Formats: sequence, structure tokens, C-alpha cells
Amino acid sequence: MTSSNGTRLLSRNFALPGQANLDTALKRGAYEMLKRALKMKPEEVTTVVKASGLRGHGGAGFSAGMKWGFVPKDVFPRYVCVNADESEPGTCKDRLILEYDPHLLIEGALICAWAVQAERIYIYVRGEYFYPTRIVQRAIDEARAKGFVGENILGSGWSCHVHLGTGAGQYICGEETGLIESLEGKKGWPRLKPPFYPAAVGLWGKPTIVNNVETLAFVPRIIEIGAEKFLSYGTPKAGGPTLFSLSGSVNRPGVYELPTGVPLKTLIYDCGGGIKDGRRLKAVIPGGSSSHILTAEECENLKMDFESVVAAGSMLGSAAVMVIDETVSIPRLMVWMTRFYAHESCGQCTPCREGTGWLLRLATRILEGRGRRRDLDDLYELAENIDGKTICALGQAVAWPTKSYITKFRHEFEALIQE
Amino acid sequence: MDIPDTLVRKSEEIFFSFPPERRESALVPLMFEAQRELGCITPDTEHWIAETVGVSLVKVREVLTFYSMLRRERAEKFLVQFCRNISCCLAGAEDLQRHVEKKLGIRNGETTADGLFTLRYVECLGGCSWAPMMLVNEMQYYQLTPEKLDRIIEGFRSGRPVPPDEPTPLLGNVGEKIAV
Ligand SMILES: Cc1cc2nc3c(=O)[nH]c(=O)nc-3n(C[C@H](O)[C@H](O)[C@H](O)COP(=O)(O)O)c2cc1C
Ligand code: SF4
Ligand code: FES
Repeated sequence: MTSSNGTRLLSRNFALPGQANLDTALKRGAYEMLKRALKMKPEEVTTVVKASGLRGHGGAGFSAGMKWGFVPKDVFPRYVCVNADESEPGTCKDRLILEYDPHLLIEGALICAWAVQAERIYIYVRGEYFYPTRIVQRAIDEARAKGFVGENILGSGWSCHVHLGTGAGQYICGEETGLIESLEGKKGWPRLKPPFYPAAVGLWGKPTIVNNVETLAFVPRIIEIGAEKFLSYGTPKAGGPTLFSLSGSVNRPGVYELPTGVPLKTLIYDCGGGIKDGRRLKAVIPGGSSSHILTAEECENLKMDFESVVAAGSMLGSAAVMVIDETVSIPRLMVWMTRFYAHESCGQCTPCREGTGWLLRLATRILEGRGRRRDLDDLYELAENIDGKTICALGQAVAWPTKSYITKFRHEFEALIQE
Repeated sequence: MDIPDTLVRKSEEIFFSFPPERRESALVPLMFEAQRELGCITPDTEHWIAETVGVSLVKVREVLTFYSMLRRERAEKFLVQFCRNISCCLAGAEDLQRHVEKKLGIRNGETTADGLFTLRYVECLGGCSWAPMMLVNEMQYYQLTPEKLDRIIEGFRSGRPVPPDEPTPLLGNVGEKIAV
């Protein structure tokens, strides 16, 4: 299943006709791994997932098996929430799973629910995903009609219901506690910590596993090929492949499934066909808009796994790689980026609510040539004052890239400041 | 007020997807469906939602005003949501923005004189590898060029919409067959 340019483990059926339909998917083995998992003890499933090295693909890279293990004994009912809010600029891989292989996702979520003995699964899809939502809804209905979902699944005596959750245009509902609040019928304000893990205290105060779409879609494959084999498709600390969303100044943007830890250059040059119009590479945003920018030099020998990207001073995040060529102005990029966060701050904490607006105003002023000398320091200081002083990680998600743009491309900002 | 039967039935389905004692959870999906059916959430609809869910009107409004896709005013016939965040701008969305403004004769947030189109800039629609992209109502359109944009707008004007890019085209190596 590997070749020089990658591993297609999760996505191997995407291009086959009719994969989103249950009857066709069944012919290719859909729900066989659920059957296998139902014959295992729930704790055994968690143990296998832990051993596989599967890490969260939603941004934080937390060990999936470890998270499932946090569910406290004797507290019921339990829930699983599939995070299909996919809203971080650059990230566009979950939508392919939803559109092309929804049964793989449902199967993975069911195996997770079996492992933690949950009785309901909510698939929370962002509101703008109209088409993917229709496909997933149909898949849930088909699976229910065939007895893969609902009461007494496949005669196991175990029941689990699967429902759709509805996003309505807020990025913050992708943050796991914001998602839970939204599912509870509230505005999606992230919860104060502690409690630290929804796995202990989540939906309606009950143990809840929140996992990203891609994370859960890998689970049936782990059951299929075994933990050891899965681990071998990644690094010892992060098993399995990753779906990289490649966008920006490359000849062949797209979603690429590659072993975790693949060299960034393989992704950009071999897969992506190099930089558009023969231009030079200036920088890369390696893990979605929330990650620090890396200069071309910093990308030189970079490997795309959590530890390596952190060592290079950024993060793998959602593995959304945005490629920036020499003609792109970083002060302009700063406006696009801060505009996103100013728009998406939920307004709950003052540093984030006020700070993101100020970042955008200062960045715009500089870009338009109306900047003052101290604006650059103010911008940096503002970011510093948001970082680590907020309820959820959106604060750092805007602070980190802001600081990195200024530090690494200060000359571009200075060139725009007249006085 | 008159709530269409289809919406009432839909609301029962939504309530069914939550434990019986968690009716409040139906708020967001219910408003989403109501808006789909009625074009927006009118004050009458707010009352109906508050009553059927069993929460106060203030609570309904609090939730309603938090979510950017929910609206209290009717949108025009075609809501164009045009992405202008990083990946789309790297793929030329800023030039295209000027083009769409000229084509429709309106700016962000405005509606055309004939009441057909409302233009709204949004920050990432999750189609970054297919940038630039936009949604027209529930339809997704990718890899926009000035020509493609013109065709899409004309299609809606003439009542023969250009088929949306559904499913999302496979780009990259996903789904490629590989030698085992
Ligand atoms: C502001 C913010 C937005 C987020 N948006 C998403 C999202 O759209 N999708 C997602 O899977 N995770 C998102 N996350 C991460 C989730 O909080 C959570 O870590 C993740 O869903 C856990 O799943 P995983 O362990 O499988 O990655 C976001 C986090 C933050 C702080
Ligand atoms: S950091 Fe920002 S987005 Fe997160 S809870 Fe605070 S105000 Fe909301
Ligand atoms: S940046 Fe436009 S779709 Fe993501």
C-alpha cells in the first residue's frame, strides 16, 4: 500500500464509483471492521488504537487511544462527537471523507463508541457544508436501515444511535467545548478549564469523546491492518499517514495522503509540482492559519510530523500546508490572517475580542501605508498580550502567527512605514 | 402563526435526535431548518421556536444572534458567499473580488437592484485546495476564474444554474490507485 509518493490507506476508495452508497461500499468491505471490533472487548480496541500511535488530526495531535482511556469508569451515558467543523483556513480534507466515504467515518465513529461504550454519536458538520451534510445524512439513514446503527447493532446486544449536529457559521464551534455547547443548544462559547477533558465531563456533563473526522476514519484501517503495521506508515510517535491539504502557490494543489513525517519538499515539489509560474518559494504556513510561518530556509529539511515541525518553531496542526511564493507580501498575508480571527473571536474574553480587532486595524493601516513606526511594536505587544491569556486556544492561534510574521519578515513591514 | 407542516415534521425529527429531556439542544438545527424553509427567522418564528423547544424568547434570540449563518432578515434570492481568506487570496481572490463587484454592481453586504443577488464576503469555506471558491445558496463552486464566475451569475439570472461542483473534484493523490 505504499509507494515512493505515498500511502493511500484512508482514501483508497475515494475514486471508486458509488463509494458513498452503502450497497457499493459493502462490496468493498464497509463495516467488516465494525464486526471485528464488536468481537473484541471494548478495552482491547482502545489498547490497539493506543498502540497504533494514532494522533488527533484536528489540530492538537493528542493520542486518540489515550483520550479514549480517560473516560471515567461507571459514569454513563457516554457520547462521541465527530468534529466535522473544518473551518481553519487552509484545511479542506475532512470534506473529502464526508463526500466520498461517509461510511468509513460512521464505521470509525461506531468502533470508537464501542470502545468507550457510548450510546450516541453526533456528527457536527459546519453549516456551510451543505453538500457534504446531505451525503452524510443519507449515509446515516442507509446504515440505520441495514442495522449498522441503532438498536442491537448486528445482533451484539449493543445499541448506538448516530445523529447529525448542525453548525451555523462559527469557527469557534470547532473548538471541542464550543462544539459541545453548540450541541447543547447554546452559543458556542468555549468552556473554562478545568475540567480539562470532555472525555471526563463533556456533553450534558457526561463523558464525551471529541475526535476529528480524519482521526476516526483511520480507526477501521487500524483494526484491519493492526497497530504495528499502522505505526509503520508514520513515525514512532505518530502512526499512520496524514491527509495534507495543500494550497497556495503550487502547480498542483490538492489533498495528499502521505506517511506522517514525509519531507515537506516531497509534498511541495513531487506532489504539488513545485511553485506556480516558476517562482521562488518564500515561506510556508505548515499547519493551518494558526501555525507560525516558516521561511524557505527553515523548510529546507523539514519533516512533516508533530515533533519535527515543533522543533522547527511551528506546528503541524491540521496539516494544512499553505505555500507562499516570492511575490506575496507578508503584510498583506497578515491582513488576511488577522481578518479571519477578528471575524471568528467569540467575544468571551476581552484580550481576544478587543485584541483581534486591533490587530486587524493595525495590520490594515500598515498595509495601506498609513502605519507609524511604533505600530509594529504595538502589533507585537498586542499579540503578546493575547497569548496565553484567554479561555480557549484561539488566542494563541492568532498571536503565534502574528508574532512570527513580524519577527521573520520585519523588513517588509518597515518598508511600508513612511515616517 | 402558520408554521408549514414540513417544518413541524422536521422539528419532530430533530427532537428525536436528542434525549427527550434535552429539547433545548434542538435550538440551532431547528433555526437552521426554519430559515431554510422560510428564508429567515421572523419574530413569529422566534415565538414558535421558543414555545416548541420550551425556552424563553430571550434565549432564542441570544443563540440566534450568535451564529453568523442565522438571520432575522430575509436574504435575497441568491446569496453569494465569496471566500477571501488566505488560500483563496493566494489563488487570486482579490482580483476576482473586484470582478464580481463589477459584474453584480454591488459591494460586500449589498443587494442588486433587481433583488436577485446579495454579496457577502466570508473567511474560508473549507475548499482551500480548490481556491478560489464561493457558495451560491447551498451550491459550491470551485476554481473560479472571471469567465466561470460570469457563467455562474448568468446561469442564475436566466434560471438555468450552472451545475455546482458536487462532489468536490478529487485533486491530489487521494483515491489514486497504487501498486501494492
Ligand atoms: C479555535 C479552535 C478551532 C478548532 N477547530 C477545529 C475544527 O474545525 N475541526 C477539528 O477537528 N478540530 C478543531 N479544533 C480542535 C478541537 O478542539 C479538538 O482538539 C479536536 O476536535 C480533537 O480531535 P482530534 O484529537 O481527533 O484532533 C479547534 C480548536 C480550536 C482551539
Ligand atoms: S480566546 Fe477568543 S475565541 Fe476563545 S473563548 Fe476567548 S474570546 Fe472566545
Ligand atoms: S481560504 Fe477560501 S476556502 Fe479556505
